[in-house]
Amino acid sequence: MLLEAPFTEEKIRALRVGDMVEITGVVYTGRDAVHKYLHDGGKPPVNLKDSIIYHCGPVVVKEAGKWVVKAAGPTTSIREEPYQGPLMEQYGIRAVIGKGGMGAKTLQYCQKVGGVYLHAVGGAAQVLAERVVAVKGVHLAEKFGSPEAIWEFQVERFPAVVTMDSHGGSLHAQVLEESAAKFKQLLG
Amino acid sequence: MDARALQKNLLELIRRTSAELPTDVVRAVEAGARKEKAGSNARYALEVIRDNIVMAKDKSQPLCQDTGTIICYAELPKWCDERTFRSAYEKAVVEATRVGYLRQNSVDSVTGANSGDNLGPGNPSFHFHQATGRALTVRMMLKGGGCENVSSQYSLPDTKLGAGRDLEGVRRVVLDSVLQAQGKGCGPGILGVCIGGDRGMGYVAAKETLFRELDDTNEDPRLAKLEKRIMKEGNSLGIGPMGFGGATTLLGVKFTHRNRVPASFFVSIAYMCWAFRRNGFVLSEGGRITRWLYDS
Repeated sequence: MLLEAPFTEEKIRALRVGDMVEITGVVYTGRDAVHKYLHDGGKPPVNLKDSIIYHCGPVVVKEAGKWVVKAAGPTTSIREEPYQGPLMEQYGIRAVIGKGGMGAKTLQYCQKVGGVYLHAVGGAAQVLAERVVAVKGVHLAEKFGSPEAIWEFQVERFPAVVTMDSHGGSLHAQVLEESAAKFKQLLG
Repeated sequence: MDARALQKNLLELIRRTSAELPTDVVRAVEAGARKEKAGSNARYALEVIRDNIVMAKDKSQPLCQDTGTIICYAELPKWCDERTFRSAYEKAVVEATRVGYLRQNSVDSVTGANSGDNLGPGNPSFHFHQATGRALTVRMMLKGGGCENVSSQYSLPDTKLGAGRDLEGVRRVVLDSVLQAQGKGCGPGILGVCIGGDRGMGYVAAKETLFRELDDTNEDPRLAKLEKRIMKEGNSLGIGPMGFGGATTLLGVKFTHRNRVPASFFVSIAYMCWAFRRNGFVLSEGGRITRWLYDS
């Protein structure tokens, strides 16, 4: 299904674990340095109200004066677990794209503020880079370096799966539980 | 020998390895997709993966932005000494990084500084052997951080898992490693497992066994049987591609073994992601590539 900007609370609350979405709108990249910076009280250089944060350190080069995205797959999200929930609440971030899922704290905040976790396909750097149709800007690049900067990506039909929703559902917790039960059975 | 020609061939090896998956891996991904239900999250993930494989090859760009640890195994004949080879390989790596076949991926573990050219202590990671004939054989692997982070090593016996010092104990810890990894290593994954050895040798051998073709059969019938069983049982865990749930958790299982001291019994498991980047070639004394080790 399509998930188009503006990313309102209503649209996000309608999403359920297992939904396969295609995102169209602006997403902001942010990984370790950005999360720590905002957590420590740094001022966000963009308006994060109803925004989507993408855990991604892209490869972006300038060709003929224009930014071109060469690779833009997700990075492991769990590193932002201490910061993510509180930042979602403080700035109104509606969704997080990443890989590997996040923990109980983020899941609680998703329920509280109306947020979701969107799992992109890890390693699919080329498919995902192609869905970035324009680079609208870059922030904090001088401070943190290119992969850790906030890139403002216009994306079109960017594919992801809802693996944590605003109703307490987590595909990660569910798969872990089911596979652990099967494992126990195999070990006898 | 012509060091510049060697460097040029090595640059092509790096490009191919980073952008093109060997056909045995592509076939395994396609077989996995056929097993997943239409419209499922698992099928969706494998379709994106398949599209990504095609696109990276067409564009000659890295399959995954994490171009990983660069691991090189070389069998050197008498006409090429280790220093000459190392220098040519390092130059090829610097050039590959400059043109974007490789990401800047070498970080000083004390200062946190990125060297910017993929060179530094231990980078690339070389394993040299003396060749028996006149041909030079190079194999390389790019192993990303996500799958390296979920690789693991067990010391038997393991009371919690009821794993003793026998093949049944090995089975138990290997299945546990798959459970612990869930989807975090960018599955469906491929396991390289070494039974025995010391801790260091165990991991080196576990990675080296990943060079086997995915659909071959272990020449040791006991290990062949164990590989089949782990493959079946691992997939029955239902973790699926990316941990989304599904039938395709593993694309392959490869075992090897090394002798151990009586006091130790290690099982080392190298988890490899679906972006299983490995290739190699055989070079004649005249500097010509006579054969690529994998179709891509």
